[in-house]
Amino acid sequence: MKAFSYTIKDEVGIHARPAGNLVKLIKELGSSVTIEKEGKPPVSGTALMKLMGLGVKCGDTIKFTIEGGDEDASAAAIEEFMNANL
Amino acid sequence: MAVYQGKGVYGAVAIGKVSVFQRQAAEVRRVRVEDPAGELARVEQAKAIAVEQLSAIHEKALKEVGEANAEIFEIHIMMLDDEDYNDSIRSIIETQGVNAEYAVAVTSDNFAEMFAAMDDAYMQARSADVKDISNRLIACLSGSGSEGDSGSEKMIVCADDLAPSETVSLDKERVLAFVTAAGSSNSHTAILARNMNIPAVIGVGQAFLDSIKDGDLLIVDGHTGEVYTDPDEETVRRMEQKQAEDARKKQLLQELKGKENVTLDGTKVKIFANIGGVGNIGAVLANDAGGIGLFRSEFLYLESEDYPTEEEQFSAYKKVLESMAGKQVVVRTLDIGADKQIGYFNLDKEDNPALGFRAIRICLTRPEIFRTQLRALYRASAFGDLGIMFPMITSVSEVEKCIAMCEQVKEELKSEGIRFNSDTEIGIMIETPAAAVISDRLAPMVDFFSVGTNDLTQYTLACDRQNAKLEPFVNTHHEAVLRLIEMAAKNAHANGAWIGICGELAADTSLTETFLRMGIDELSVSPPFVLPLRERVRSLNLRAE
Repeated sequence: MKAFSYTIKDEVGIHARPAGNLVKLIKELGSSVTIEKEGKPPVSGTALMKLMGLGVKCGDTIKFTIEGGDEDASAAAIEEFMNANL
Repeated sequence: MAVYQGKGVYGAVAIGKVSVFQRQAAEVRRVRVEDPAGELARVEQAKAIAVEQLSAIHEKALKEVGEANAEIFEIHIMMLDDEDYNDSIRSIIETQGVNAEYAVAVTSDNFAEMFAAMDDAYMQARSADVKDISNRLIACLSGSGSEGDSGSEKMIVCADDLAPSETVSLDKERVLAFVTAAGSSNSHTAILARNMNIPAVIGVGQAFLDSIKDGDLLIVDGHTGEVYTDPDEETVRRMEQKQAEDARKKQLLQELKGKENVTLDGTKVKIFANIGGVGNIGAVLANDAGGIGLFRSEFLYLESEDYPTEEEQFSAYKKVLESMAGKQVVVRTLDIGADKQIGYFNLDKEDNPALGFRAIRICLTRPEIFRTQLRALYRASAFGDLGIMFPMITSVSEVEKCIAMCEQVKEELKSEGIRFNSDTEIGIMIETPAAAVISDRLAPMVDFFSVGTNDLTQYTLACDRQNAKLEPFVNTHHEAVLRLIEMAAKNAHANGAWIGICGELAADTSLTETFLRMGIDELSVSPPFVLPLRERVRSLNLRAE
C-alpha cells in the first residue's frame, strides 16, 4: 500500500472535467485507488459522481491510497496528473 | 395579437409555426416485474443507446459550437458510466423487483439531491446534469429514444428552458428559431444559439408558453427580442420586410468582398482580423480581412503541457505568415496572468489579477520565456510581413527593455547566420491609461500603437470586466476612453507611427466615424465583423458635417 496527500492549487477545485479526467486516468492504472477528504468517508477513485460529491475546493488536502498493481508507478502517474491539472 | 418581450440572442427574424418542446419521460410508474435479470439487460441496452446518442451530440457540438462548449457531453457519458449510479439502479431493481424506468428515476433523484445539497453553486448546477442523463436513459428504456417528432416543416421550437444537450440535439434543418420562457443571455443555451446561427429569444416568461399551442403562427424577432403570437397581417408584412432586409444585407456583404475600405470622401482605413489560433486563418481569408491585427499567441502556451519550445513556436508563426501570403500579421507576445492561468507557469493566486503580475510583467521578470518567443518570432519574420506587439505597457522603461531584448535576439540570430527581417515592425498595446497619457513619449520608440479598448475601458473607468454587477456603470462610449484614444492617435501620427484599434470597440459601427475622424489607420475585429465594418466605412463621408 502506498499513500500520499495533495493540496489543491486550482482555483475552482475538482470540477466535473478534472474529476472526469482523474477517474479516466485511475481506471487505466492497474491499482485500486481511494480518495479521502478530511471529515468525509473515503471514495473509490473510479467513482466519478462521489468524487464530485466530495466538493473538493482550492486549498483542500486530499489523501490518495493506492493498493495493488505497480503502486509506485500508479502513485507517480496520479501525482503528475494532480500537479499538472489541479 | 400579443407581444412578449425577451432577450434576443441572435439577430434575425423568423416567421413560422410553433412546436412546443416535449420532454420525454414525463411520468414514470413503479411496476413490479417477474424478471429482474431481464430489466438489468434492458438497462444495459438503453445505456448503450444513450451513450451512442451522447457521442453523436458531442460530435455535433464539437462541429457547431466548439470544444469548450462540447465538453459537457463527454462528462455526461462518464456520468452514465459511473459505478455508484449503476450500482444504485441495479440494486433497486434486484431488491425491490421493480421496472428499470422506476429504478433510474429514483437513482436520478437521489444523486440530483446530493448535488443540490452541496454548498457550491457550480456543484448544485450539476444536479441538472444528473437529471438530463437520467431522462435520456428513461427515454431510451421506453423506446422513444429518437429526438424530435415527425414531419419535415420547419418549426419555431418553444420551451420553458432548454438543456445544453437539448439545444445541440435540435435538428438545425428543422428549427426556424427557438424561444424559451426562462434563461439568461449568459446561459449555455444562449451561447450555443449564437454559435449555431439560429434566431433565438430567451426569457420571455411563462405567460407566453401558457398562451401557445402546436401549430400556432408565431413571429420571432431576434433583433429586438420581441415575440408576436397570433400576429395580424400588417405585422406579418412588416416582419417579412425585415427578413428581406436581412437577406439583402447578407447578400450585400458577400458583394463587399474584394472591395476597398474607403469612405465616400476617399479616406482609407485598413480592416484586419483578430485571431486566437492557427485554426482561425480560414475565417480571416473567407471574410477578406486585409491582414491580422491581433494574433493572440497565448494559445501556443495554453495548448501545451510545458513551455512551448522555440521550434514549436517558430513553426506556428511561420505557418500563419505563409498562409497570409505577404499580408501583415501582428503577433502579440504572451498575455497571461492570474485570470488566464497556465499550470506550468506556477503563478501565485492574486486577489486582484487585473492589476497583477501579467503579460509583459511576466516576460520582463522571466526573460528566458520572453527570449524564446522573440527568437521564434524573428526567425519567422523571414517568411512574411510580421509585426511584434507588447501588451500591458505602462512606462518608457518597459518599452526600452523590450526593444533591448529584440536587439539582443537579432544579434544572436545574426551571429548564428539565421535569416530574419531586420525591419520587422515593433508596436505596443495602448490598454492602460498610463500608456495613453505618455503616448507622446512612447510613440517615437515604436512603429505602431494598437488600442486594446476592453482593458483600457476597465482601467480608465475602474470597472472590473468580470463583475456583472458593474454593467450599468460601464459606458463603453465613455468620453474619457475616447479622449485617451484620440490623444494616442495624435501622438502616434506626430511621431510617424501608425495606430490601430484591436479591442471590441473596433467592431462597433456607431463609433467608426469617430475613429476615422481621429485618424485611426487600422481597425482589427473578429472575422465575421470585417465585412459589416467595410460596409459602414464605405457609407461614411467625413467631409460632410
